Amino acid sequence: MSEVHEHSHSSCETLADLVLQNTRQSVAKCYQCAKCSAGCPLALEMDYAPSQLLHMVQLGLPNFDERALKSLTIWLCLACESCAARCPKEVELPKIMDFLRQESLRRGLAHPKAKNIIAFHKAFLDSVENLGRLYEIGMIADYKARNPKSALQDILTAPKMFTRGKLKLLPHLMKGRSQVKKIFTRTKRKGKP
Amino acid sequence: MNFGYFPGCSLLGSAREFDESLHAVARALDIHLQEIPDWNCCGSTAAHNLSRLLALALPARILALAEKAGLNEVLVPCSACYSRLIMARHELIQDEALRSQVSELIEMEFKGTARVLNILEALTKVFAEPQAIKLAKPFERKVACYYGCLLVRPAKVVNFDRPEDPQSMDALMKKIGATPIDWPHKVECCGAGLNISRTDLVCKLSGKIIDTAEKRGAEALIVACPMCHANLDMRRAEIEKYMGRNYSLPVLYITQAIGLALGIDEKELGLQRHLVPVVFAEKTRPQAEPAQAQPGQPSEKAED
Repeated sequence: MSEVHEHSHSSCETLADLVLQNTRQSVAKCYQCAKCSAGCPLALEMDYAPSQLLHMVQLGLPNFDERALKSLTIWLCLACESCAARCPKEVELPKIMDFLRQESLRRGLAHPKAKNIIAFHKAFLDSVENLGRLYEIGMIADYKARNPKSALQDILTAPKMFTRGKLKLLPHLMKGRSQVKKIFTRTKRKGKP
Repeated sequence: MNFGYFPGCSLLGSAREFDESLHAVARALDIHLQEIPDWNCCGSTAAHNLSRLLALALPARILALAEKAGLNEVLVPCSACYSRLIMARHELIQDEALRSQVSELIEMEFKGTARVLNILEALTKVFAEPQAIKLAKPFERKVACYYGCLLVRPAKVVNFDRPEDPQSMDALMKKIGATPIDWPHKVECCGAGLNISRTDLVCKLSGKIIDTAEKRGAEALIVACPMCHANLDMRRAEIEKYMGRNYSLPVLYITQAIGLALGIDEKELGLQRHLVPVVFAEKTRPQAEPAQAQPGQPSEKAED
């Protein structure tokens, strides 16, 4: 999407190959016991349970690769590490999920229902890119601008936060802001995730 | 005892009572916290979701600054920050090529000499000191120790406690006079970073946690993570609506519970900043209950 990444791979590589190159995780190890799906707190909300998603990647077929990248599953994953803690084959699924999310964005395949979630992540990073630290009010404003439907969300919670001193009106200005900004610029240029 | 200190963004804003209570406890127990100069955000969930390189570089800058300041151990109270820092450190230490790539990105050398400690690790060290810690007001409450997902996982990376049934917070709670309950949700995710973007899912996950803790008789939920606190405390009204019932169960940072046991003023611990009021039922001491006196063994009070 807005981030430009160079591709270090040719188009004939399967998603499983890319997962291996970028995360050192071999999806071939998985024997489909589905412990990950049993323990996943959000499996019931996903379009494919974690083990099903992994199966699609195992197949190594272009249409299934695309379905995996278009799934809502990759965006709902909370990275809570339950699956990895319980996997008998020690597949680090959270690392794979991170890669699939990034690849999904790169190919412009992100699930439409993930819009809010992605908008939030981007608003968060915008704040850090510009200020070096998270500025909560600024981030919320950025998120609402990216996702106008959320304009009225939390208008009752925000004042309660404010009266309790939990919302700072002004950002903390760290000295190394420009250094942090540089890290963002270079990371975008560097490409490879 | 001395620790390097990385507060992280939340502790300056929405979770400032975690910072306040940690400092209050540190003052009481003579712990010196040396903040990493000019630290930046760790990138949190957003960075590792969108860019692997950023998710490594932002924590690397923090750790490189800590190294430069000569800090060998850095306490990271926020468990989300802790996770990002320890994961990045782990990956960078293992992969030399990646390490030099990231060092170039941050224009600082990352060596990996600064260790990362979570709040439970640091407090366990403090409470293991030989000199006795004086409890002015033992925290005699039934508590549900909620570790959340990131403090004890991945086991190979954090190398601390047990990934499914951790014990360190339970042990600390016992030391301050509390009684930890047995319950199944110690490490079940609260919904984490979906607080704003998918509040509905947070209500579902956090609702289950609060409901179970309360049904099992807990008088307080003890947490060690600003995200957990935001979901379990700040989102309480939404959770109650979702669950169709009300819950009075307060959510305390572990440093607040310890602070109360040390007799530190509630305001200094930031209890007033919570959305769910921190109130406990009046303690009924067994000897103050004449109604329970056994027939045939009349106590003096019963004879009056």
